[in-house]
Amino acid sequence: MTPGSATASATAPDADAFVIESPGRRAWRRLRRRPAAMASLVVVLVIVACALLAPWIAPYDPTAQSWSAVRQAPSAAHWLGTDEVGRDVLSRVIWGARASLAAGVISVLIAMAAGIPLGLLAGYVGGWTDGVLGRVTDAMLAIPFLILAIALAAFLGPNLTNAMIAIGVTATPIFIRLTRGQVLAARSEEWVEAARAVGNPHWRIALRHVLPNVLPPILVQATLTIATAVIAEASLSFLGLGQQPPMPSWGSMLNSAQRFLAQAPWMAVFPGLAIFVTVLAFNVLGDGLRDALDPKGK
Amino acid sequence: MKPLASSPAPVLEAHDLVKHFVAERTLLGRTTASVKAVDGVSLAVHAGETLALVGESGCGKSTLGRMVLRLVEPTSGRIVVDGADVTHARERDLRGLRRTAQIVFQDPFASLNPRMTVGEILAEPLMLHAIVPPAQRAARVAELLAGVGLNPRQAARFPHEFSGGQRQRIVIARALAVEPKVIVCDEPVSALDVSIRAQILNLLEDLQARLGLAYVFISHDLGVVRHIADRVCVMYLGRIVETGTTDEIFDNPRHPYTRALLSAIPAPSPLARRERRLLEGDVPSPLAPPSGCHLRTRCPHAEPVCAEARPPLAAVSPTHASACLFATRLPDARDLAPREPARDPRLETLFAAFAGDDEAAAAQAAAQ
Repeated sequence: MTPGSATASATAPDADAFVIESPGRRAWRRLRRRPAAMASLVVVLVIVACALLAPWIAPYDPTAQSWSAVRQAPSAAHWLGTDEVGRDVLSRVIWGARASLAAGVISVLIAMAAGIPLGLLAGYVGGWTDGVLGRVTDAMLAIPFLILAIALAAFLGPNLTNAMIAIGVTATPIFIRLTRGQVLAARSEEWVEAARAVGNPHWRIALRHVLPNVLPPILVQATLTIATAVIAEASLSFLGLGQQPPMPSWGSMLNSAQRFLAQAPWMAVFPGLAIFVTVLAFNVLGDGLRDALDPKGK
Repeated sequence: MKPLASSPAPVLEAHDLVKHFVAERTLLGRTTASVKAVDGVSLAVHAGETLALVGESGCGKSTLGRMVLRLVEPTSGRIVVDGADVTHARERDLRGLRRTAQIVFQDPFASLNPRMTVGEILAEPLMLHAIVPPAQRAARVAELLAGVGLNPRQAARFPHEFSGGQRQRIVIARALAVEPKVIVCDEPVSALDVSIRAQILNLLEDLQARLGLAYVFISHDLGVVRHIADRVCVMYLGRIVETGTTDEIFDNPRHPYTRALLSAIPAPSPLARRERRLLEGDVPSPLAPPSGCHLRTRCPHAEPVCAEARPPLAAVSPTHASACLFATRLPDARDLAPREPARDPRLETLFAAFAGDDEAAAAQAAAQ
């Protein structure tokens, strides 16, 4: 390690002494060493598998009503009980994963796809571009999240796809602002000037140097926003603007369960638990990802 | 600055460079106040030569260094690098400049991207300028690391895994990757421990001798400058007030500001005897510097004529010029920089007894 000893051993460089590991591979190697992150990754994968394999693993048709089995407590026949029209809660939770995951993940992907480039542009270019984007962002953030999402969803028309777009657009300013702030801090760093000095074009400095340095807080924000989006989808579904009945989503199940909280708590507990576990898993995974992406970590 | 008569075309020339930073604007965006960070500076650096820019904080030396690399846009003036005028070159036409002129920053903890490995940092300029074919990049990175005294096996590590001195070696290796002709060294050792400074300075000198590099060495540490520089430009409030060979500047300073700087060098011994000519007062606000000679409000030799016009850099000798109207009339000043104090004769035998050991220790230090 000392410069002195390095000089002595450095006279004969062997080309295979090091391999330049790709950043993705490095992050994965580090993520694997974090038990909490790996556990939450498993949970997320299980939920995703449930959503994808719902037709094969759900014990009942999620929309099949049965007047002989209304609001039954969990039993061998119905592991998680039945709801107010006799539908199997387990089957509905499994099918509901589709709507909730899609609403959470796809809307956040939409928000990131729009927000990160715009934030990068605003922060890196600055000036007039930043001014216009900043005003629009402020105007959108001035409207409460749900109100804006409801207005957009109502405007686009009531179905799950439009609900996801509405939530995505509503969450975009969060990512614009966060990215912009991070980029502003990063671009005044001396290594950005150094990147220019070695001849990087601006687009390459923005994408190769600045972006990887600002991404970790954005990833953490994304996992938090997935939680918000799952809950926003629930609210939209409750208002008839999201998942259309009789297809289930965790949010619409929760909302219909609130009338029976005293008589049939299982109707609320299990979809609520599903939301809780999903949100928690995404949060822990986000934390793990942030640590794995931090070069100062192990 | 007049180039030496016998030397070939300089690798880097600046003509009348000016940089104004806007300090205040009206509501409509009209500039109402600006700081003349660099105010009409010309200089030239030749291959294999070290030109030092000295001056206190805020005198514009770092701005000047960044301006010749077009990292800061000049307000006016001309920059010629390796014979090509790059003053108005557009971003994509700057490749030539980026291959010819590089920079080593002051703070090695800030100037390396924390999310790139050392190998990636060094491979990037090779890729951008197609210095070597892609298949040879890893080998070239290893050579670069070896060239600055680092172990090539450390290429897969991140900057934070290195010490300050090692990081500065990485910064130097990055600058060398494009095989430049001139490197602007912006206070390259002032962020380093004293024990590491000599190593980095020796490395820079070594590379200069090996590769024929020219350095623009920005520093406020006159001890370092005397050690490394061939020529010196002294800056005060955005202007060059005196320029000459290192010996001329240190032994025969012809500007009151240079004299004040030299007499402010801390003496390493309480026995050191010398004249002290410290300036009074503070540096005037760069927003409203005094008319004429910027130094006149603090200068012990100032006369009314100093307020009238900016004093030109007038030749004192073929290589030495001063922007003082009284340059040739200033009293002799040969003892401003600290010198070895006279030794107590009673200690001479003691010194003699240890002299042999001293040399051995010095040789050992050099070997490391």
